[in-house]
Amino acid sequence: MKLFPVRGGIHPDYRKDRTSELAIVALPLPKTLYLPLQQHIGAAAEPVVKAGDRVKKGQLLAQSGGVVSASVHAPTSGVISAIAELTAPHASGMPQPTILLEPDGHEEWAELPPGIPDPFSVDPNVIRARVAESGIVGMGGATFPSAVKLNLGSQHKLTTLLINGAECEPYLTCDDRVMREYAADVVDGARIMARALGTPKVVIGIEDNKPAAIKAITEAAQAYTDVEVISAPTQYPMGSERILVQLITGQETPAKKLTADLGVVVHNVATAKAVHEAVRFGRPLLARVVTVSGGAVAEPKNVLAPLGVMVSEIVAFCGGLKTPPKRIVNGGPMMGQPLPTLEVPVVKGMSGILALTAEETSEQPTQPCIRCGTCVTICPCGLVPVDMAAFIRKDHLDSAARIGVRDCVSCGSCSYVCPAHIPLVHYFNYAKGKLNALDREQRKTDHIGKLVESHNVRIEKQAAARKAAAAAAAAAAASANPENRAE
Amino acid sequence: MSVLNITKAAPFTHAPNTTQSIMLTVLLALAPATLFDAWLFGWPAIFMFILTVGFCLLLEAGCLILQNKPLTPSLTDGSVVLTGWLLAMSLPPYAPWWISLLGAIFAVVLAKQLFGGIGQNVFNPAMVGRVALLVSFPLQMTAWVKPSSAPGFVESLGITFGHASLDGISAASALGYVKTELSRGVPVSESVHHLPALSDMVLGIHPGSFGETSAILILLGGLFLMARKVISWHVPVSVIGTIVVLSGLASLADPARFAGPEFHLFAGATFLGAFFIATDYVTSPVSKQGQLVYGAGVGFFTWLIRTFAGYPEGMAFAVLLMNTLTPIIDHHIRPRAFGRTRKGEPLPVKGE
Repeated sequence: MKLFPVRGGIHPDYRKDRTSELAIVALPLPKTLYLPLQQHIGAAAEPVVKAGDRVKKGQLLAQSGGVVSASVHAPTSGVISAIAELTAPHASGMPQPTILLEPDGHEEWAELPPGIPDPFSVDPNVIRARVAESGIVGMGGATFPSAVKLNLGSQHKLTTLLINGAECEPYLTCDDRVMREYAADVVDGARIMARALGTPKVVIGIEDNKPAAIKAITEAAQAYTDVEVISAPTQYPMGSERILVQLITGQETPAKKLTADLGVVVHNVATAKAVHEAVRFGRPLLARVVTVSGGAVAEPKNVLAPLGVMVSEIVAFCGGLKTPPKRIVNGGPMMGQPLPTLEVPVVKGMSGILALTAEETSEQPTQPCIRCGTCVTICPCGLVPVDMAAFIRKDHLDSAARIGVRDCVSCGSCSYVCPAHIPLVHYFNYAKGKLNALDREQRKTDHIGKLVESHNVRIEKQAAARKAAAAAAAAAAASANPENRAE
Repeated sequence: MSVLNITKAAPFTHAPNTTQSIMLTVLLALAPATLFDAWLFGWPAIFMFILTVGFCLLLEAGCLILQNKPLTPSLTDGSVVLTGWLLAMSLPPYAPWWISLLGAIFAVVLAKQLFGGIGQNVFNPAMVGRVALLVSFPLQMTAWVKPSSAPGFVESLGITFGHASLDGISAASALGYVKTELSRGVPVSESVHHLPALSDMVLGIHPGSFGETSAILILLGGLFLMARKVISWHVPVSVIGTIVVLSGLASLADPARFAGPEFHLFAGATFLGAFFIATDYVTSPVSKQGQLVYGAGVGFFTWLIRTFAGYPEGMAFAVLLMNTLTPIIDHHIRPRAFGRTRKGEPLPVKGE
């Protein structure tokens, strides 16, 4: 396949070798699992169990709460001890409703929906329904409910399902290991998703710093003429959906549009594996592979962790922390979320747990911008970070929006290369949040304005009607009593 | 487990570069040409160089103290040393101490600190220093000397701090010589034959500013900066390309009036300007497209001033002129955003 040049990009220090050769190891069951109702983008799931209920492995605990939502299942058998507010794995440290499950150690399976023996002959809707009821979300970190994304074929003319195995974030090796150890499952899941989408072709894109994964997937895909494996140049952010689509199509996804408008839908490799298990065996999403790494971790590992296990327990499984970390990160170091504490549960979108030392984060005091222009050169979105940051510093958010701050994908490349250590992405996240809040405010004001206007019109109409009625009544009275008029 | 400081957004990793490392790389790139010229011109040039850099450091420190600002990192980030270094490169090698001092005042106090310090200056500080000196003290600023005149240490002290005469060793720069001869009616095509051999010009063995003479070492320094990704090819290629094209066309049209490209490349500060002056981060555009426009402007004005104006060398003026346009270039020439047209509209979807 012909590959096209992509815009911008950087070559960070990848530091993947600490875990890339370590096979996935399963985490022993902990004492308690903490399952947040919101592990995805969209509406929170609604619990269908209550404290004291005995549940089996794979049983539904919380039902998808809307069109864009995802269900939560029991990762093992046990007893629901409570449904409580618990710190979410998010930078804010805010609590959110969470189901607490105490495993009984029996791993007793619930009655699962039957596997679909030949998914390529069933109606695509059957596949989508199975993916939806299995609680599968985008496992690369975006956590968008996969079933919704598998429905894009109904509104767009699709040509290609692009499976994202780029894994361009430094440190992370979970997708690499999944591709090596479950290559056949990934390829099968990808072909099932292509069936659901109605795309004739599957392309699996893997960065060329993962030769073993490329080899494994190529071998697994050999039997299928509709699957092509491409070796993508190693360059951050190659795993960005739009960049990867540009690599294979040569086209930029237009602003405010989806890659589906170019006929391409992108799903992550771990999502493909989850779809394989849901469709072939009826197993919902119960666990995921997490890369535990960083200089502060004693024994970095790729861990197969049940959803809901405390991050602190996984870290303990990896030998604990050998030095106090400077940062604890959920995800990769480029785009991950800082974690407020280790006492948060593993969720569906958690690809990595990094405990980074001060040398690794290399944080330094911010110095004045010297306008070196490196941020402009490397920005994959073609923006001018230096100018956007200057506007945002002066709170000129409109100007920042005019030169495209909303197009920023927060990939972190500009902050990474800035010699003055200016936290550019921090500025842009602030501006995007503030602009969205202003938009909401504006919509609210507009809405209230319209309500007031229609209210006034209604009052006027009522007043006019009353006046007319009074006049009519007066006229009627006058005509009934003509003497009065004479006076 | 204590609550970690979570105020900062990702990324939580950083490239090993800093402002200081960039400045030190530029200084390293300047070192070979500087050492060569120190050897070529001897003690007075070494005194001038040390004084210029020293005055710049002292004045920067003074300004910071007056503003109640901390001395580090401003003083240690290498930027003021670079300013002083480039200013020294652009001064006549035997300039007296007070030229160094005045130049440092113009460069550091007026052009840099009064505008707000590093990153805030509109004009290239070293070039402000040079141009202010050139228009104020044309005599001292064009007192070129023959290379390898190399007076002794004590005699050199006299040149730098006293009133020692340069009569015995003075010489004209190539650009100045051709311009003077032209004003006397000697065609360029003839006067260029009286210049030092082209090989000497390339190596740097000819009269000129302290740091500009060795085109080859400056070029090597510039290529080193490109290899280290401190600068890109855009500004140097655009500056040099414009000068070559303009001088080439003009000399083809009238060889008696206009000097050819090889003269323009090696006679003055073309390489120093293209690789080290016009590439100054703060005062040049941030986008590659903008840098091409900027470089072409610098090349155009340099050639124009050298060819038609009263001064033999135009690089410093050209850089300052284009500095004034940098904010406008940055405003109007932006990269095309991903998924958008040049005007900022979303790209059309095929088949719609």
